[in-house]
Amino acid sequence: MTKPTTRELQIIQSGPMTLVQDRGRSGYQQLGVSVSGAVDVDALDIGNRLVGNDMNAAGLEVMLGGLVVRFSESTMFALTGADTSATLDSVPVTANVSYVAHSDAELQMGIANNGMRAYLAVAGGVGTPSILGSRSTHITSAIGGSQGGKVIEGDVLPLGDASSKSISGKVFEAESRYTSAKGLNIRILLGPQDNEFSLVGIETLLDSTYSVTDQSNRQGLRLDGPVIESKSGRYDIISDAVVNGSIQVPGDGKPIILLADRQTTGGYAKIATVATVDLSKLGQVTPGTNISFVSISIEEAQVLLADRQRIIIESELPRVVAPTNVTVDGIDVAVGVAQNGDSMMAELDGNIYPISVYEYPPV
Amino acid sequence: MLIELGSEIDPMINDQVYSLASSISKEKITAVIELIPSYRSLLVSYDPLIAGYAEMQEMMSEIIDRSLDSVEGVAVEAKIIELPVVYGGEDGPDIEAVAEHSGVSVQDVIDIHSGVDYRVYMIGFAPGFPYLGGLDERIAAPRLKTPRLSVPAGAVGIAESQTGVYPNASPGGWQLIGRTAIRLFDVNRTTPSLITQGAKVRFVPVNSHD
Repeated sequence: MTKPTTRELQIIQSGPMTLVQDRGRSGYQQLGVSVSGAVDVDALDIGNRLVGNDMNAAGLEVMLGGLVVRFSESTMFALTGADTSATLDSVPVTANVSYVAHSDAELQMGIANNGMRAYLAVAGGVGTPSILGSRSTHITSAIGGSQGGKVIEGDVLPLGDASSKSISGKVFEAESRYTSAKGLNIRILLGPQDNEFSLVGIETLLDSTYSVTDQSNRQGLRLDGPVIESKSGRYDIISDAVVNGSIQVPGDGKPIILLADRQTTGGYAKIATVATVDLSKLGQVTPGTNISFVSISIEEAQVLLADRQRIIIESELPRVVAPTNVTVDGIDVAVGVAQNGDSMMAELDGNIYPISVYEYPPV
Repeated sequence: MLIELGSEIDPMINDQVYSLASSISKEKITAVIELIPSYRSLLVSYDPLIAGYAEMQEMMSEIIDRSLDSVEGVAVEAKIIELPVVYGGEDGPDIEAVAEHSGVSVQDVIDIHSGVDYRVYMIGFAPGFPYLGGLDERIAAPRLKTPRLSVPAGAVGIAESQTGVYPNASPGGWQLIGRTAIRLFDVNRTTPSLITQGAKVRFVPVNSHD
């Protein structure tokens, strides 16, 4: 018997910009509706896997951190993407591990320190209304999310029904997804309108380093660096469809990489397209990051995407804790303690909770 | 995958784009996620984990050959969407500037603007925003030097030789000559966008929004 509960997420502090995002609103671009969706979709996918969600579940995309939420009921959650030195009721939690938060527990995220965006995945997903098949927020057209906009303090977000089969304590063990090096090397496919550019222009794109300017957001990254020469001196085309990762070059000759919130069509020539497998990295770049480009074939790009599918979507996720049976006051219980990074966790009744070092050892 | 059928604004090329989009839709190919037609090209968004590039290219080439062979044979009568418009006044604050720029009277602007059916070349920029072709060059007018921070939903504007309707309130730099009370885009409707590609739009002057 399960009693009906209202699983909710209460927003205590929203941070600079927290958005409900899923994998995006596809299918309506021919009507001018932007796709939007998580810009670091790898992080969203990993979060959903950790908490046992469907891949279409919505989570919170937390730009620069600063989000504080309270769980109304006991809820499994995971943090992915940029690290925010988060705590649950003051006990540190690690990214890329699924935990259970008790009812009324408060999750506090600090400032993101190795990327732009952290993601909070909760079992059952964020259950704000689905508009045209998606819960993603597109702010400029006021569609989706929390009443068409960003999440604000005082919002109470409903959560969907969680799968009863999922267990906490799963870990995604990736080598750091964010290269600590100063720059990113992004794989691209030339085209569809590379014929609008001179050979010199294409060499400039491939041989130069560009830096991400602060005029960058979920719509796109505006880059600064050497001017890319077009054949005719013009950069305009008759507007046509653009995609996630289209690299368009406007009249100033400096590339713009379009991201999730892009408009559906654009009037600048598109010299190249970022390979889908590298798009999530671009969702984490901070202004000032250096980007260089390397051209690959579409066949290579599709092999890389299939590899990504195996690593992120299909790989078996191990558990961090191997419980052992101990007897406490004459009662047999399964307990386990593990350390992941700087945080400790313990298993009780099959659930993983973060614990403070002062409680260690727990028995 | 982007299929480019030309590099100019031409009703014939635009017809081919629609015809191709409709042929591809009919095939119900599992790998195809969505189609985004424009003035002169068609973007086919597909899932490469279902069908790789080579396979898609082969399927598309076959459909293109078939579709372009038959396009002339299919004389489709475009659907005409009538939009009642209150011209001038509060609804069209720039109509006098357009009249002055064009050297005609305000009434001429209304007559000329509402005197033709406009082809919907594509929808883009914002949900339900139609790119309309066929504006009479006599009333073509430049964009505002400083775009408005907010243009009301339904505003009818002119920018160079284009005319269009803002489906929702948004910032905008087009010169506004009127407004329609018809809701162009509503996510709660089964068909969210009133105007779709391939249709024609006719502006009908009215005195009030009732």
